[in-house]
Amino acid sequence: MSAPPHTPQPGSGWTVHAKRVLVAWIVLSAVATPLVWFLLGPALPPGKGSVQAAGQVFDNTVLVAFVTPIISLLVVFFVYVLTQFRADPSAELVDGPPMRNDSTVQTTWVAVTSVAVLFLAGFGTYELLKDGAGGGQGPAPIAKVSGRNLQVQVIAQQWEFTYRYPSYGGLETSQLVLPADTTVELHVTSLDATHSFWALQLGVKADANPGEDNIAYVQTKGARSFDIHCAELCGLWHGYMYDTGHVVPASQFTAWIKQQQQVFASVAKYMPRYSTIYYPDPQRRGG
Amino acid sequence: MSSIAVEARPPVWRRLVGFNLLTGILLGIVGWYAGWYLAHAIHAASLDYFADIDFNELSIVLAYIFGVIGFLVGLGFLNYPFARLRGYPPTLREKETGGIGRYFGLCTDHKVVGIQYLIGIGLFLFVGGLNAMLIRVELLRPNHQVWPAGTYLTLVGIHGTMMMGIMTSGILGPFGNYLIPLLIGARRMAFPRIEALTFWMLMAGGVILETTIFFGGFPTGWTGYAPLNIQANAGMDCYIIFFALVGISMCLLGLNMIATIVTMRAPGLTWTRLPIFVWGVLSTSALMVLSAPVLIATLLMALLDRTAQTNFFIPSQGGSAFLYENLFWFFGHPEVYILALPGFGIVLELLPVFARKPLWGYRLAVAGMMGVSLLSFFVWQHHLFVSGINADVRPFYILSTELISIPTGFTFLCGMMTLWRGRIRYTVPMLFALSWFFNFLIGGLTGVFLSDAPSDVTTHGSFFSMAHFHYTIMGGLVFAFFGGIYYWVPKMTGFQLNERLGKMHFWSMFILFNLTFFPLFIAGLLGQPRRVVTYPQSLQFLNDWVSVCAFLLGTSMLLFLYNFVKSLVFDRIPAPANPWGSKSIEWQLPSPVPVHNFDRIPVFSGDPYGYGERSAPVAVPAGAPAGRD
Repeated sequence: MSAPPHTPQPGSGWTVHAKRVLVAWIVLSAVATPLVWFLLGPALPPGKGSVQAAGQVFDNTVLVAFVTPIISLLVVFFVYVLTQFRADPSAELVDGPPMRNDSTVQTTWVAVTSVAVLFLAGFGTYELLKDGAGGGQGPAPIAKVSGRNLQVQVIAQQWEFTYRYPSYGGLETSQLVLPADTTVELHVTSLDATHSFWALQLGVKADANPGEDNIAYVQTKGARSFDIHCAELCGLWHGYMYDTGHVVPASQFTAWIKQQQQVFASVAKYMPRYSTIYYPDPQRRGG
Repeated sequence: MSSIAVEARPPVWRRLVGFNLLTGILLGIVGWYAGWYLAHAIHAASLDYFADIDFNELSIVLAYIFGVIGFLVGLGFLNYPFARLRGYPPTLREKETGGIGRYFGLCTDHKVVGIQYLIGIGLFLFVGGLNAMLIRVELLRPNHQVWPAGTYLTLVGIHGTMMMGIMTSGILGPFGNYLIPLLIGARRMAFPRIEALTFWMLMAGGVILETTIFFGGFPTGWTGYAPLNIQANAGMDCYIIFFALVGISMCLLGLNMIATIVTMRAPGLTWTRLPIFVWGVLSTSALMVLSAPVLIATLLMALLDRTAQTNFFIPSQGGSAFLYENLFWFFGHPEVYILALPGFGIVLELLPVFARKPLWGYRLAVAGMMGVSLLSFFVWQHHLFVSGINADVRPFYILSTELISIPTGFTFLCGMMTLWRGRIRYTVPMLFALSWFFNFLIGGLTGVFLSDAPSDVTTHGSFFSMAHFHYTIMGGLVFAFFGGIYYWVPKMTGFQLNERLGKMHFWSMFILFNLTFFPLFIAGLLGQPRRVVTYPQSLQFLNDWVSVCAFLLGTSMLLFLYNFVKSLVFDRIPAPANPWGSKSIEWQLPSPVPVHNFDRIPVFSGDPYGYGERSAPVAVPAGAPAGRD
């Protein structure tokens, strides 16, 4: 059935093929990577609404720039191979050269991918530990951020978020307003199912678990508004569990807090005392 | 060839009495009501804070457990154990001869089970796909409810659970069962009755999952997170029973595969001569056997929480929602490699045939698959980067997750070097195999964003991660699944599939798949969370685009269905014994393969990839009949 085996002739040109692929790859990567870095990079989410968000944009940019040469290699390789090495469909079956192995290629590939992977892991770890990257870190965070500090508790329940400001007499409101240029320590918890507090433009995501205190740090920058979504399926109206938060200048923030304290003065005395966690048990709520 | 006595067939009514599918369904229904009434007799009222207090959860659980037992008894799974207890001598095979009826009951012929799996899984794949269409109908408009919110979540849940559950056996079921004995030169699987059992359990499970709509559906998606799953109504029990059945089926399937491959290889078939697909099956089976028990145990705990007032996962009563997340993802991450790895195997098996070159770097390819298999047990907390659980160990999970790129890269290298300087033929199976590289490249590289914790803060729980796993699972598994169908169905049925329609199916599916799922990365980056029934107005164009492409993608599946039915039922053009010019042993047998596979057990003298080499045929099935041409 199969034709006589192919005998590789010296100089039949596999090095030529390899050189062409290599050159095309280098050219494509050299063109595409800067384009991706400078054009796509700044457009990547979540924007520069906070220090952590800007850190994520940088992280995403590095990753996109990192994968560009990999995609380029595969694209160049497959375009070349699939056009150059196609068999004549009408002719009888002809076998290709019986290459079974090449230890140089293998070693190079394993070495390069290993180094790349170790770089990625090291880079990701550094970026994570630098400022927490806006992610929930559980009750005892390792990537703490110092500075002018404001504690805000995010209490998720089916199907809304409420926010408590313990340093302002345990004020609890349904709006999230944060002062600009402040380090905010978000304590995320839940009263019922698992939710996830996602402040898109601030680059914050932290799961809200019942009975757990999940701390995330965010350093706000200028005044802006941001979208809040629940990012963990939490039941019937999960899709409608969204909200808009605001970062406002410090003076405006103080005024807002005063106004809220007046509005909620009559109910504040009935509110449970502040706790980092709440249980969905009526007898233990606020305990 | 084989000497099968043609018996006089009894009348139809006589054939309907006995242990068969009809009896199975009837006994299943009887068992269902028996369990229902038994549970009401026990009457464990659910007094938990979360659960419905007006519904006896135990009744539906016992109903389904008894129903499944009744179904399996009716199919005849207890006949052999009882025959042995009554002193009958052991037999290896039963109900292997006969007509089309073999396909509708307990049959221990691995080839029949393989085809049963192909049809059964194909059926549920289409049901799951239909659910996806209904999900996309809802997302056509940002703030208009086509389905009530509960129905929408149930659709999302059934789609995800069906795909993640049934498709675990998507390749090992049909192709594993059909081909493993052939590829290793055996006449059967190690445990033929268990092989049949895994299939019928899976089918019972699929039906049970669909019945969740009669009990209010379930709101949790395929992950079934606690404590939402404790709070959910009775439809949740269908999810639990379904996934537990899938777990049992998966575990037994994996055990059977490992036992078969380890103990039943023909003489001369050393570990380095095994076809690479067999290695893919072996690495997947190891994952199935080690991860499925954790799933079963987790679901049992959730079931006890729902029915027997235990508090494993209820934080207010001293349980932990984190415990569920840990246990679930300890199963859940190996699970996604259970879906992906057989695809690696099929792709690497197909490339040498259509590039007419030996598989390049055989040992590296094996190391790649076994490496993925091993590493996949050490990465599960990357699903929990922002959950607040064990936040200090995130650097470890960043590293372990990204390490998986290395063995996955082995697979890419072996595939690419196999194509290098080959004589590539663009047949339909080859197109599917080649498209795997593109899809899995996108899926794998977007996975880098999810494995990197800072980047995961942006992408976690959004449509980005959803697009990512559709690229790896649909792009990896389903494309390999169709590649396998176009490649092996001529061998399985003896009939050709229409090449032209096949190519139309491939191109429409490949293009529409990318048009559907690539924009979802953008939707995720722009802030659309997963599993939402509503989304911002600004994302409507993206969502409408995706929905329309998804409907067309669904239509391209109908093209496949048309081809499948037209070629196999109406056209019935006999396939040559070896249409692809493969050197692998299954293609040296007639199509379809005779009942006993080999008249004499073959002796292997090499691997099946000797293209371009002056080697003797790989295996000499001594005395086997020549191929039908």
